[in-house]
Amino acid sequence: MSLELFLLLGAALFSIGLFGALTQQSIVMLMMGLELMLGGIIVGAAAVWHYIAPAAADAQVLVVLAVTVMAVEMAMGFAVVTALFRSREVDLTDMAAELKE
Amino acid sequence: MLDDLIFWALALLAVAGGVMVFRFDSMARATYALLTSLLCVGGEVLLLGLDYLGVVIVLMMTIEMAIMAVFMVMYMMNPAGLMPMTMVHNKRGAAVICTGVFAALAAGILLAPWPARRGRSSADPTMDLGLSLMGPQMLTMMTLGFSLFATIVATVVLATRRGRYDRFGDDLKARAADDPVRGGVGR
Repeated sequence: MSLELFLLLGAALFSIGLFGALTQQSIVMLMMGLELMLGGIIVGAAAVWHYIAPAAADAQVLVVLAVTVMAVEMAMGFAVVTALFRSREVDLTDMAAELKE
Repeated sequence: MLDDLIFWALALLAVAGGVMVFRFDSMARATYALLTSLLCVGGEVLLLGLDYLGVVIVLMMTIEMAIMAVFMVMYMMNPAGLMPMTMVHNKRGAAVICTGVFAALAAGILLAPWPARRGRSSADPTMDLGLSLMGPQMLTMMTLGFSLFATIVATVVLATRRGRYDRFGDDLKARAADDPVRGGVGR
């Protein structure tokens, strides 16, 4: 176990999540990609706390921030999907973009 | 030694779960793969000695994925994955971008001169976190609180079927709300 290994794990999760967020057409799947990216950030922040500055609580605050962002992203994402679906029966990003034109 | 073993098991499971999220046909399976991945993230946080935050992540992810599964069934056209279909766009470009991002991050991680560990963790990191959130990081905490409250309001506004403009007219001047069923006593 070392700082580099934890950060590499975080980077891997972040990249996988980015791939999902870029490729998936379904809005719900896209949000899953965003969740994975935030998971990578959580691992990185926790590792920085443990290996670099365990005396300060700032990295822990960063974890709290990432967890809150996850919750907000999830709630807003589902609310937007609900609003889109209600007005246009759409659940894919491309369809939503087409209807705008 | 045992810690190393746990780290590798959780790390491999987390990455494998993350990959499988976008490979499963079934949306329910994808949700559970994501749950596995994020539970392993919580496990890694526990392994690093952040007991409280690790448990919070585990609990939050379990509930969140349960809610996500419900929304999947509501909105996805193919929730059970009975018809294999792919709903992706620009796979190659995204793969190039993500490989590049991972390579850049990995290069930074391996090449950066990380500072040595400074200080020692106190006996109770959770206490540290609480004192920090209620002290020097109070502004962060208040911002988080306000954004969560704004999220509650915004979600209700977005998700509601009939807003106040539907009920009281475009100029909001209608005296009685135009509801399909009248409310109040003695209807």
